[in-house]
Amino acid sequence: MAQRSQGRRWRRVCWLVPVLACAGLATVIGQSRTPAPKPLGIGRAATAEEIKAIDIDVMPDGRGLAGGKGSVAEGASVYAAKCASCHGKSGEGATAERLVATDSGKNFDFATNGKLVKAVGNYWPYATTLYDYTYRAMPFMQPGTLTPDETYAVTAFILALNKVISDDAVMDAKTLPAVKMPARDRFVMDNRKGGKVVK
Amino acid sequence: MDRPKSISRRRVLAAGTAGIVGAALPIAGQSPDQAARPKVPADPTKVQGPLATDVGNRSPFERPKRVSFSDRRTSSLSPLQDLDGIITPSDLHFERHHAGVPTIDPKQYSLLIHGMVDRPLVFTLDDLRRFPGKSMIRMIECSGNGGRVYRREGNITDLTPQQIDGLTSTSEWTGVPLATLLREAGVSPKATWFLAEGMDAAVMTRSIPIAKAWDDALIAYGQNGESLRPEQGYPVRLFLPGVEGNASIKWLRRIELADQPFMTREETAKYTDPLPDGTARIFSLDMDAKSLITEPAFPDKLTGPGWWEIRGIAWTGRGKIARVEISTDGGKTWQHAKLDEPVLPKCHTRFRFPFEWKGGETIIASRATDETGYSQPTYDVLLAARGPSTAYHFNNIRGWKIHADGTVKFAGGL
Repeated sequence: MAQRSQGRRWRRVCWLVPVLACAGLATVIGQSRTPAPKPLGIGRAATAEEIKAIDIDVMPDGRGLAGGKGSVAEGASVYAAKCASCHGKSGEGATAERLVATDSGKNFDFATNGKLVKAVGNYWPYATTLYDYTYRAMPFMQPGTLTPDETYAVTAFILALNKVISDDAVMDAKTLPAVKMPARDRFVMDNRKGGKVVK
Repeated sequence: MDRPKSISRRRVLAAGTAGIVGAALPIAGQSPDQAARPKVPADPTKVQGPLATDVGNRSPFERPKRVSFSDRRTSSLSPLQDLDGIITPSDLHFERHHAGVPTIDPKQYSLLIHGMVDRPLVFTLDDLRRFPGKSMIRMIECSGNGGRVYRREGNITDLTPQQIDGLTSTSEWTGVPLATLLREAGVSPKATWFLAEGMDAAVMTRSIPIAKAWDDALIAYGQNGESLRPEQGYPVRLFLPGVEGNASIKWLRRIELADQPFMTREETAKYTDPLPDGTARIFSLDMDAKSLITEPAFPDKLTGPGWWEIRGIAWTGRGKIARVEISTDGGKTWQHAKLDEPVLPKCHTRFRFPFEWKGGETIIASRATDETGYSQPTYDVLLAARGPSTAYHFNNIRGWKIHADGTVKFAGGL
């Protein structure tokens, strides 16, 4: 009887060893994340040139912005030539969306007032986003064709139309990230997590 | 036509719409030869049929199709009322693109991973296919799905399941886990977000918390057993299970690791949710639980009282569907529907419920609950939380009104 129960215990221990080892390994992988296993060696190293060729994004702190600059006045002519046909003469919107609006109601009422139109001045939280999007995807029928100078200029013009910057402002890699958009502090991270409460 | 009288959708449709299928009347958007009635032998057992073909087609009697909201055709909706089971045929998967569908040569294709990594790497399509792969059956839903209903636009009663909620589809996706590629590149412990960028004319970008990469993000090249469809990102897309569709960047060319979100146009100006308290929710990525009865639904007509099967789909971005309840009395009482296997996480789940229609006017509705305990809210509860003119994530309970003559109309949100 005693022997048998000891045998059972040993069998249990034998089971436990690999189980614990697996659990331990899983914990290590889960926590250390990188570099867990050795690389497989598939793929090749990217060159600095090929990264530079497509790394066009701009972050809110200005990382990624190109050299160059543009004024509101210069932007007015870029806008007239390349943007007005779709967005309207003064950013009021036409076949493409409205770019200029300053009204956001008494308390940023977009959820409750269907008449409010979201645009750069009353809704966009970061000025760098306007540069990034215009440079990557505009004008709609010639996407990605604006130079950095043209992009700074037309960004300045649209910000000025929205009364976010003055008419004599010049936008560059330093001034653009420093622009504080009116809606900047309205945005909050998603707090939905499932469960019984509808948010 | 010898089928049991009970619950054949074909019969319902034929009776309800003067025989779209039976008489093969031309359907809007189809050329005359598509709509032509196929030659049917008097007795198929007495003639040899056509022989094997390289690529198959649907039965000429079946003509499910996507529809677009508008002539701009920047999106199209899946014909949910025509589908059985949980898989969406790839050519009927909903579409949403921001600058059309690019044509990409798979031999020219490459994916760059860079930023806060030890080794910036470039992968060809062959490279990606060489990594240990993974398949998963998962749904993807556009965050704008159901918006027309929420905002009560247009003629609310004459809407099909497709027109209401057709911006959701399920496929078997095959690819390499993004985590595998990140381990290959060696991610800095300081990296907290990654940017995904497409090679369409919008050069579409979204920032995603890096936890999603370690969890279940997939770099997908396969869809339902074949290469991705062009509309779904051929040759390679990011696929983020349970997350609003636009974040699963298609035609993926670049992933950049960073220590903060990039605040792209789509995640700030567009796919954010203003709330009644004067804030706007940002990075509202997870899709809440939702369900929709797809049969009977407009424009079906019940041919008479008796037993019918209520069918539909339920899904959640937060795991599995725990239960679906059905009301056949306008929301007063609820009973459990049967869930078809498999019930998979972040995936369409097929539900069924036997319904004895007594012949009177009533409203039927479905309510999904997921494994976190979250239940699909009523319209009033959702409206109180989100306001009447918020922009995305419309998952309130939907109802269908069965009229005394058997016609079924959309009853709006319950």
